Amino acid sequence: MSATKVLIVKVDRERCQGHARCFALAPELFELDALGNGRERGDGRAAPSLEAKARLAQANCPELAIEVTEE
Amino acid sequence: MSKRPPATDWATDFDHLDPRWSENPYPIWDELRQKCPIAHTERFMGAYFPSRYEDVRAIAYDTEHFSSRRPVVRESRPPLMPAPPITSDPPEHRPAKQILLPAFTPDMIARHEPRTRDICRELIGRIAGKSRCDGAVDYAQEIPVRVIAHMLGVREDDADQFRKWIKEILEIGVTDVEVLMRGQNEMVAYFDDQIAARRQSPRDDLIGYLLNVRVDDCPFTDRHINGMLRLLMIAGIDTTWSAIGSCLWHLAQHADDRRRLAADGGLMGAAVEEFLRAYAPVTMAREVVKETQLNGCTFKPGQMILLSFPAANRDPAVFADADRVVIDRAHNRHAAFGLGIHRCIGSNLARMEISVALTEWLQCFPEFRLDPQASVTWSVGTVRGPRALPLLLDA
Repeated sequence: MSATKVLIVKVDRERCQGHARCFALAPELFELDALGNGRERGDGRAAPSLEAKARLAQANCPELAIEVTEE
Repeated sequence: MSKRPPATDWATDFDHLDPRWSENPYPIWDELRQKCPIAHTERFMGAYFPSRYEDVRAIAYDTEHFSSRRPVVRESRPPLMPAPPITSDPPEHRPAKQILLPAFTPDMIARHEPRTRDICRELIGRIAGKSRCDGAVDYAQEIPVRVIAHMLGVREDDADQFRKWIKEILEIGVTDVEVLMRGQNEMVAYFDDQIAARRQSPRDDLIGYLLNVRVDDCPFTDRHINGMLRLLMIAGIDTTWSAIGSCLWHLAQHADDRRRLAADGGLMGAAVEEFLRAYAPVTMAREVVKETQLNGCTFKPGQMILLSFPAANRDPAVFADADRVVIDRAHNRHAAFGLGIHRCIGSNLARMEISVALTEWLQCFPEFRLDPQASVTWSVGTVRGPRALPLLLDA
């Protein structure tokens, strides 16, 4: 078993209203769809070195739509 | 408006048109948050004012009991004037908003940045070399009106006309229904002409796009399109003009923030968010359509809610040092653009305009301050920002 953690970010599509703060603050982790709503890039898994950015995006989402977990 | 009886008690007789509220609402809101978090007034045929973030949020999310069909608290209840999607509730809201969203993504807005920068530089060119100017009149008020005209595809030279309608609908019209209806009718006629012109000869602008767009193979009616166009124009002008004006007002008085921002453009993103939090210009409204309770208050159908995102943004329960402007604030979950389904569709546009306007301004005027010989005046009502901002421009 590897001790290396993986960061997982997820945007709740129902809560997201397209403020686009996550994309502005952490474009490595988030992208916007054609309507401007946020979503995690790919499957949302990212290097632990991006945790501070993920937490920053989470703390700036007005709709509390971002979940950050570790695996 | 000067004939209004002054508010006797903010908790039971609040009046957001009272000059004390227009000039400096923040101490009033601080007091209310502690004493009476949901204030009431018999004015405006009955209205409530929640001052805490959590209550503002709860109401914004509850579209079942709180309708958006009247988005402004007015002295009377004039006939409903649909301007979708801001006046729409579910389920009509979603399709009405979705067709507008693609034109307002950050990528699409970035296309209008060069024109915005040109407008700012042209305005600055007229001011440069002078020792004083009015930051609201000569600069802030001219930027958003021209950018939205450019986006819609109407004449930028009609800016005076657009501002007149906005004053009639959002300021004078709050207490004077005749002026409200006149402004409204003139705007309807203006956009009917614009729609007719594009039916004759199609054009590649936002109005042209709305005429061609289909939802489930159905075009929108001209009445619906006219409403959307009036909304885009009204919502796109004095809001951002107020925000830019408030930023300049702050920077004129805080040399430390001004110099930091002028020296480090990398701070602009966070600073714009903080200005939006601290000086959020837009207060919306909801109409109670079904009886409900919140924090011990019973809301009855027909009553209005003054939904103050600016007050929510000053709530110390959510923001540390809520009354202090911290231009590099890291955690800033502000609600300047609303919360829930009615999130301002122009938020990316506003952010771009404010950022470009401040960057260009600071490049030419790194030093400026309020003119102590003249007075700053503030708009009254739904949108708050400086309408006269006399500045001294130190070379």
